[in-house]
Amino acid sequence: MHGSSPRMTAKNRGKPAYITGMRPQDILMPVPAGLCCKGGAFHIDPVRPVERAVITHGHSDHARAGHGAVLATQETLDMMRLRYGDNFARSTQALRYGEEVRLGGVTIKFHPAGHVLGSAQIAVTCNHTCIVASGDYKDAPDPTCAPFEVVPCDVFITEATFGLPVFRHGNAADEVKKLLASVALFPERAHLVGAYSLGKAQRVIALLREAGYDAPIYLHGAMEKITHYYESRGVALGELRSVRGTKKADLAGTITLAPPTATSDIWTRRFPDPVTAFASGWMRVRARARQRGVELPLVISDHADWDGLTTTIEATGAGEVWVTHGQEDALVHWCQTKGLAARPLDLVGYGDEEESETLLPGEEAEA
Amino acid sequence: MNRFAELLDRLAYEPGRNNKLRLITAYFRKVEDPDRGYALAALTGALSFKHAKPGLIRDLIAERTDPVLLSRSAPSPACGGGSGWGQAASAVPEGEPPPGSLRDPTSPASGRGDESRRSARHNNPPPPTLTEVVITLRTLGKSELPRQLARWLDELDETGRWALLKLLTGAMRIGISARLAKTAAAALGDKDPHDIELMWPGLAPPYLDLFAWLEGRGEKPVNLDPAPFRPVMLAHAIEDADFAGLDPSDYIAEWKWDGIRVQAVCGRDPHGHNVVRLFSRSGEDITKSFPDLLPSLHLPAAIDGELLVVRDGRVQTFNVLQQRLNRKVVSPKLTKDYPIHLRAYDLLADGDNDLRELPFAERRAKLEEFVRKLGDVSIDLSPTIAFDNWQALAAARADPADAGAGEDAEAVEGVMLKRRDAPYLPGRPRGQWWKWKRDPHIIDAVLMYAQRGHGKRSSYYSDYTFGVWTKSEDGEQLVPVGKAYFGFTDEELLQIDRFVRRNTVEKFGPVRHVVHEPDQGLVLEVAFEGLARSPRHKSGVAMRFPRINRLRWDKPPREADRLETLERMLKAAATNKVLVTSGGG
Repeated sequence: MHGSSPRMTAKNRGKPAYITGMRPQDILMPVPAGLCCKGGAFHIDPVRPVERAVITHGHSDHARAGHGAVLATQETLDMMRLRYGDNFARSTQALRYGEEVRLGGVTIKFHPAGHVLGSAQIAVTCNHTCIVASGDYKDAPDPTCAPFEVVPCDVFITEATFGLPVFRHGNAADEVKKLLASVALFPERAHLVGAYSLGKAQRVIALLREAGYDAPIYLHGAMEKITHYYESRGVALGELRSVRGTKKADLAGTITLAPPTATSDIWTRRFPDPVTAFASGWMRVRARARQRGVELPLVISDHADWDGLTTTIEATGAGEVWVTHGQEDALVHWCQTKGLAARPLDLVGYGDEEESETLLPGEEAEA
Repeated sequence: MNRFAELLDRLAYEPGRNNKLRLITAYFRKVEDPDRGYALAALTGALSFKHAKPGLIRDLIAERTDPVLLSRSAPSPACGGGSGWGQAASAVPEGEPPPGSLRDPTSPASGRGDESRRSARHNNPPPPTLTEVVITLRTLGKSELPRQLARWLDELDETGRWALLKLLTGAMRIGISARLAKTAAAALGDKDPHDIELMWPGLAPPYLDLFAWLEGRGEKPVNLDPAPFRPVMLAHAIEDADFAGLDPSDYIAEWKWDGIRVQAVCGRDPHGHNVVRLFSRSGEDITKSFPDLLPSLHLPAAIDGELLVVRDGRVQTFNVLQQRLNRKVVSPKLTKDYPIHLRAYDLLADGDNDLRELPFAERRAKLEEFVRKLGDVSIDLSPTIAFDNWQALAAARADPADAGAGEDAEAVEGVMLKRRDAPYLPGRPRGQWWKWKRDPHIIDAVLMYAQRGHGKRSSYYSDYTFGVWTKSEDGEQLVPVGKAYFGFTDEELLQIDRFVRRNTVEKFGPVRHVVHEPDQGLVLEVAFEGLARSPRHKSGVAMRFPRINRLRWDKPPREADRLETLERMLKAAATNKVLVTSGGG
């Protein structure tokens, strides 16, 4: 340490002690647009257009178009460009994992979040207080992105999508085995796997390849761009084909990846007697699987499950936990039983992208 | 246990019958004895464990979960709604983690957290096999059960725990009938499921001899059961065009009674005691539901007939009979208020003699003699209908009261035609037995809501809620009166699906609110078999067996039927007049 506590800085001199102490909420605070850092003059994953945005990952509820300057990983920036076109922001800056940048009075560093390709946790440090905004994350292995990294910090900001002890995701490889067993048992039927087109779909494909499945895998039109982008970043996915233009009979015994909304729509009529699968952490909930008409639920999630959330919180060593979207109350309760200060952030605008994925104009037509 | 759990899990989501069969058969092929035998027992409802009670599970939950987290989980969709067992089944297996499977919180979650979790699980004892679970549950004392159960819940994964609780409660509720499970077993050895049905009462879990026979390793098990089920003979629905090829003199006609098809069997065990059983048409043993009928079956025989409720000599409608169905406890009050009756129409065995090869006319003569010999008020003959030509039979069908059914006419749902020379053949052999149902009741209703179907139909809006007009405080309004999901042709399904997609006003989750205004909307001609008062429905009426008869694109919704029409039908039924088909316009 350099011997200067926050209280001794020139800026704070002369002010009453109770406001000169740099409290975490002075560094980052929730505002309607998202998490705001006044000292650095930026927002993290803002839900409305802002002057300067730092984006954790490419899912549409976190990465929106229309900001002034955007700071994110190269992959996240590329995905935004794919989705929103070249003019999605006025200017962009790419930051690598482990790289630091100074913005106003704060330092920002990116760490892998293990959620999807390019997803980052954002460590914001100001006067030796470190806050980590983890965005969406998972601690389970994923062959399509860099593994989650625990970042020691004072305040850990965590999501709580699956923040109830009922959610335990199990091993994704076992779920893929279920899918392959079904393909073997019903060789005359097509298997349709509903999966979010950014991240989940590529992970399912990679898991299939890891399980030794080497037949061509078919893609719904809305999946193609982003999946080929993954390949261009060195993620090996084997032979991929477009469903478009493939004869119905030729789709017997095959596996096709499609956005969840497509698996129960008219589009499915081009497949021979399709078995509808859906890869999502929500498939742990039987009623939800049944309501969606899913016949083969695959519990594969890109979010940490209850064990993942609680283990990660403890591993960061954070004394204070802020909980964003999902089951905030339960996770806050758990933190308190562990003697950690915790509070819900009440941010709005983030949800589970799997539930809300709507195809962008043009994507459905391509299908 | 995990393989059995996987099977249950997959079956619970699979809508198609044939696919279910293939899943079960594949399981029997893959899994060895005796596990697969106990699985067959579980699927056919042949297992029950006397010490497993809901309270036990609840206590286990309370002991092992944080009450706050549990209460937060309960109303969440995670528990899938429901109550009692359903809730327990969701909450226990997925409640607080069992100690052994907790990840070590001090180990760095290096992004490979899953592996540390898995290795932690590897230190656990392996999950129990289905055989271990069944044997242990049968032999374990009541006081030791909770600890054993807790141990298993620790060892199994989520699906395994879910399956264990299903096994404990005995209610699988995954849409598998005992018959389907037996059919899947038969497919393993390419055998006729009826054969298994015949030998079933003589078999016991884990069915080693059955599987040995199915796999060609052993002799066919001999059925030593004195009162076995015999596969039933079923009728085809007759169509107008069929009559041209039929000679009236070849046939005997009877009323088609609106009750429950049943096979009543009495046999003598080696000690000379009577064994009496009642089977449904699919071979399910329903003896326990009708203890009041058993004393009447005191002579060895196998009778094919219809279960009815008869009060003061009059046959009651199906709505009345329904009070006797699916009852776990049959109280003396129930048997007094709803006296059960067997109307006999065929005799498959008389004493030790199998009569099934005989022509129907001969069996009928033997049946008449047998019923006379039995001399019991609760069992009578199904009368025949005299007719010389099809016109005469059509007239009888149109007015059963006048043609001999008298006051029982309301319980008649049509006529049966049986070839005089037909042997008793299992299944639905062509041209032997025909059913000629009375014309259904018909109303014009307006499509109000649509929902997607399941399986093959999951991309179609194929479940329809329809309503009729009624006057309310806000003026003329449609009130839902029923739901139908069949009756239409494939082409009509496409048309309705298109209509639903183009005329959706609002979406509530999976339900589409379809436009239904006086001038805008789709009129469906709905056919149904009967009507009953129902406090559970907003309209106060419930239809029996409703289906889409026709699409009335030509008709504006304002001209659809009114609730008063249905009310009138109900009143007519109450005053025991024959229901009048309302004008379809």
